[in-house]
Amino acid sequence: MLRVIAVLIAALFLAGARPAAAADAINPDADFKAFRDYFTKKFPNVPLNDFVNGPYSMDAGLRKQWEAIEDFPPYDFAVDRGKDMFATPFKNGKTYGDCFPNKGIGIRQDYPYFDLKTGEVITLELALNRCRETNGEASYSYVKDEMASLTAYMAFTSRGKPFDIKIPNDPRARAAYENGAKYFYSRRGQLNFSCASCHVQSAGEHIRTEVLAPALGILAAMPIYRSEWGGMGTISRRFVTCNSQVRGVPLDPQDENYRDVEYYLSYMANGLPISGPGARP
Amino acid sequence: MMVGTRDMRLFAAVIGFVCFATATVTQAASTQSDFDAALAGALAAEKDAGALKNQWTTTEQTLAAAKKAAAAGDFDAAVKQAKLAEALAKASIAQAKEQDTAWKAGVIH
Repeated sequence: MLRVIAVLIAALFLAGARPAAAADAINPDADFKAFRDYFTKKFPNVPLNDFVNGPYSMDAGLRKQWEAIEDFPPYDFAVDRGKDMFATPFKNGKTYGDCFPNKGIGIRQDYPYFDLKTGEVITLELALNRCRETNGEASYSYVKDEMASLTAYMAFTSRGKPFDIKIPNDPRARAAYENGAKYFYSRRGQLNFSCASCHVQSAGEHIRTEVLAPALGILAAMPIYRSEWGGMGTISRRFVTCNSQVRGVPLDPQDENYRDVEYYLSYMANGLPISGPGARP
Repeated sequence: MMVGTRDMRLFAAVIGFVCFATATVTQAASTQSDFDAALAGALAAEKDAGALKNQWTTTEQTLAAAKKAAAAGDFDAAVKQAKLAEALAKASIAQAKEQDTAWKAGVIH
């Protein structure tokens, strides 16, 4: 009888352990499906591809303002400047185009990617600065206008192309993906907010006068002209600002955690169209 | 209601006792070395929070306020701010350690 009880207890432990182990396993495909289902169920009236328009997909009044703004887009100057910068040769005669596939045109949707050689996530911003450094040029600030202009132009050449982020079958790539998810869902700052607190749990809600954008497709419009900033902002600038807003000391732009969370969010946006550069309140 | 003489005496006695007790327990003014010790504790905790990449802006602001008060010679305020900064830094460390596993509870499944 005792043996039977012991076997039953052991079986119960095993049965209990299995779902927990399964829940802990990294499964980007399952995450992708759950993520998409969450937002499409929460916002059944928003067409899937419209999520890339952030707050404008959830607020009719804001959308009207945005449509008016798009008649004379405030990011146009950045696109023009970025185009000039992109075409201007470095001192050694090479150009940005020499550093990228397809000469850098229409490739935004493939970033970030996991580099199997270096074992790290490469964002478009990082790739641009590495291109500069390789060609003997000083790197640009990740949060200022030069980087925003270059990425604005590159995003513009990719408009409408669907995100195509890959996670290679490599434990380092999966670890980077999981670290990105961890960063996204971890609470930080004195206000004890995670990225998800605003962009998952509270997506579509107002925070003061702003409508919180859904996390689904949130990077598709980057870089953005923000009225609040009175200028253009890169993905790096957005992450730094988010951290500050919850009273957390921001990480260095292009810190591994920021690159990994960009990787995670971009993977979640796979199939959604690039809409950048964008304009936000 | 009229207040009687006996009540007045009792009230005066209580006030007197409170004044005496307050004077007795009033601490000596903080010194530079008190501040140095408090600042060292705060900086050590903030360094640990930095290693976890989880510092708070409020900790940094409180540290700056502590240093400013010390520079002005107000060591009571400086020690108070430094101790507050240490408490904030320790809270950010606790947050990082808790979130190391707690983040999974928020994942969309």
